[in-house]
Amino acid sequence: MAVATASDPSPMQVLADFGKSKSLRTLLRVLILCFIAGAAVSSRLFSVIRFESIIHEFDPWFNFRATKYLVANGFYDFWDWFDDRTWHPLGRVTGGTLYPGLMVTSGAIYHALRALTIPVDIRNICVLLAPAFSGLTAFAAYLLTNEMTTNTSAGLLAAAFMGITPGYISRSVAGSYDNEAIAIFLLVFTFYLWIKALKLGSVLWGALCALFYGYMVASWGGYAFITCLVPLHAFVLICMGRYSTRLYVSYTTWYALGTLASMQIPFVGFLPVRTSEHMPALGIFGFLQLVAFIYYIRSALSGAQFKAFLFVGLGAVFGLALLALVAMTSAGYIAPWSGRFYSLWDTGYAKIHIPIIASVSEHQPTAWPAFFFDLNMLIWLFPAGVYLCFQDLKDEHVFVVVYALFGSYFAGVMVRLMLTLTPIVCVAAAMASSQLLSTFLSVKSPKAKDPGQEDVADSSSKKTKQNAGSLRSASSPYVGVYSFLSKGLVSGIMTIYLLLFVLHCTWVTSNAYSSPSVVLASRMPDGSQHIIDDYREAYQWLRQNTKEDAKIMSWWDYGYQIGGMADRPTLVDNNTWNNTHIATVGKAMSSSEEVSYPIMRQHEVDYVLVVFGGLLGYSGDDINKFLWMVRIAEGIWPDEVSERKFFTPRGEYRVDGEATETMKNSLMYKMSYYNYHTLFPPGQAQDRVRGVRLPDTGPVLNTLDEAFTSENWIIRIYKVKDLDNVGRDHAAAASFERGHKKKKATKKRGPRALRVD
Amino acid sequence: MAPKKSQASSAAAPVVTTATTATTVPTVSGPGKKSSSSSLSSAATSSEAWSNVATNILKHYQKTTPQRTKLIDLFMAFLVVVGGLQFVYCVVAGNYPFNAFLSGFSATVGQFVLTASLRIQTTEANKADFPSVSPERAFADYVVGSLILHFFCVNFIN
Repeated sequence: MAVATASDPSPMQVLADFGKSKSLRTLLRVLILCFIAGAAVSSRLFSVIRFESIIHEFDPWFNFRATKYLVANGFYDFWDWFDDRTWHPLGRVTGGTLYPGLMVTSGAIYHALRALTIPVDIRNICVLLAPAFSGLTAFAAYLLTNEMTTNTSAGLLAAAFMGITPGYISRSVAGSYDNEAIAIFLLVFTFYLWIKALKLGSVLWGALCALFYGYMVASWGGYAFITCLVPLHAFVLICMGRYSTRLYVSYTTWYALGTLASMQIPFVGFLPVRTSEHMPALGIFGFLQLVAFIYYIRSALSGAQFKAFLFVGLGAVFGLALLALVAMTSAGYIAPWSGRFYSLWDTGYAKIHIPIIASVSEHQPTAWPAFFFDLNMLIWLFPAGVYLCFQDLKDEHVFVVVYALFGSYFAGVMVRLMLTLTPIVCVAAAMASSQLLSTFLSVKSPKAKDPGQEDVADSSSKKTKQNAGSLRSASSPYVGVYSFLSKGLVSGIMTIYLLLFVLHCTWVTSNAYSSPSVVLASRMPDGSQHIIDDYREAYQWLRQNTKEDAKIMSWWDYGYQIGGMADRPTLVDNNTWNNTHIATVGKAMSSSEEVSYPIMRQHEVDYVLVVFGGLLGYSGDDINKFLWMVRIAEGIWPDEVSERKFFTPRGEYRVDGEATETMKNSLMYKMSYYNYHTLFPPGQAQDRVRGVRLPDTGPVLNTLDEAFTSENWIIRIYKVKDLDNVGRDHAAAASFERGHKKKKATKKRGPRALRVD
Repeated sequence: MAPKKSQASSAAAPVVTTATTATTVPTVSGPGKKSSSSSLSSAATSSEAWSNVATNILKHYQKTTPQRTKLIDLFMAFLVVVGGLQFVYCVVAGNYPFNAFLSGFSATVGQFVLTASLRIQTTEANKADFPSVSPERAFADYVVGSLILHFFCVNFIN
């Protein structure tokens, strides 16, 4: 919105004079869209300005690393890439298990810019890719909305909403180099092409839709959303008796080409014919053939009871197909729904059966304030927009309704799917607000001008008349708003809301979504910003002080970062394809040293990395994630790891003196608190995250050596000791080192004790 | 599709529709449904009414379909046969090079669908549904669609 006003300097009189000229309006529209794109890009640059041009969080580090590999080695090597530096000792067939769309896109941009002799660092392309695509997303939202309504201002509003709504910004700030960065654009654009294809009944648009669908499949696992939504739309249309030959042409073209396109991606491969997620699309495809055939027959023989039999026959065939599907699923030809999909229907499913999915924070159910936080006023305009769709219910409006229902449900189930809801919310809210604005900014009544008319709607206020008229039944007299007061009041309030929306979006973006989470910021007592750079400090240490092939064991969250920043092999990473391997790491972390050491030896671990926030009050540390490690390990080894043992008899999760023995003996606990008490005067050792006082004697580590601890103690790295060279076990050796002879405990101060601080 | 409604149907129309519907399933729809629905047809068929309506449809078809469209239909029938053969081969001899089977089969299915779309768009009676698609445009779209389809198939066939 803020941007839209930028195009307003042209005074109203001029507009009124040239109002009829089509070219001027087009020019204005282009200008406004450009400004919106500019606003979309610039509001995502907070993180670059405040911190630096850096890749954020976890997954983007892998994407970044893969992109660098692609740029360095070329497409074919990338396609066949076997990565032996992750998932040690298994390795990962990276080329076949990733969605290559993102990397290929930035690789193509990189080479294109090089060809234009613009030397750009690949990192900057990766950092700025998401903002750049957000501009395109705004444009796609504009196109999609224009298909829904004749009111062009709705499209511009939708573009503005899409550009700055926090629900989308959350995944597309500069540096958030994730699949969603381009996928949301592709999602919206594919839907636009689908609507276009459906409206025109054109093979060409259907084929384009399929191509972009293929691109979407190549980019993000969320393509299943399209795979389910489009058939659902088609199905609803058929059920409403709205079958048309256009539907047949567009749907079958999309499905036939789109499915083939999706199968080109190695990671997807045969899934479209093998898994249940894709079956609705196939079923509707077959169903449409039937319907088309029946319609043809009907034109040949029109009987009186034809309709009744039509439904009976169709119902029977549909039921049979469903039965066949169920039978084939149970017979094992078609894989049943994957765990992630189950958790969409039953939110408790993952928690019980697949802790690894439940442990990811973005898979949690959405808390209701999140809707308001991410969408602000759009969330209450959204139902109004959907309601407006019912007023003239054409095929494309059915799409909005279906998408709205579907999207809302999923957004309520999983935080991350807020992202898929956002586009339709923007579209519907734009329809509602443009309807409101155009009704109240109408110059239909003799009042020539309206001071509140400073919004986007100005460019289309002339259109308003026809639009408002078409909404009511054509013959009825125009019921307009004649009072200047009500006009001014409503449009004024609306303007205030829109301005507040801009404020809210900017505030949310700058405060909540612009932190790279690799670099942390805090405030000094005098209000100046202090950068906490422990992560990079530690990764740099690893890069410079360890062997090229030193294996690092850490919880999977940090796998991609270690791979990307420290360039060292890891045991597990954020790909989480192998639950057992992750559970192994979980077991090593949650067991006592005697159990963990053999595991680490078996996996050739050289260093162990833990994240500890106790000193700084950084709550996202490993002790807080520890229970998930325990749960995941327990899922595989229920006899050896038990979650209950980490709780006190009263059921509390404690880390202080009251902690259970299992907790105190676990490797994670020991590594986190090793030597921590020496920082404080006796009796004062405190954990600032959990707000507890720690015992005076810290844990003893026998099999690990502390190798590195970062400035604020966020990252602690331990070196795994080699086997003792005189054959003692580590406990005995360490106790000897500390100066305890076997028989009598002397007071002799061991040499190691000095090195502690 | 040929839409002239002048042709009156026989009284037995309802029975027959189910029968025809069911029999045509295998030709058009995906592999999953084939066996189940054709078994349905045999159960529901009453032979006398069936032949009656079948001739009706045939007559209607002969009468209303232009020569060019018949050519298209022939091609579609050919595709159905080829697709059916591939499917039978897959069932009988196993789907070992699954890539090859899938791309071959989806080439026929896709081509069938595209051809059906071409047929629908060029049929005189459907003009109203496609205000923006002239026959020439339809054919151009068809060519583009087929090119994309076969590009993917060739790429996928290994």
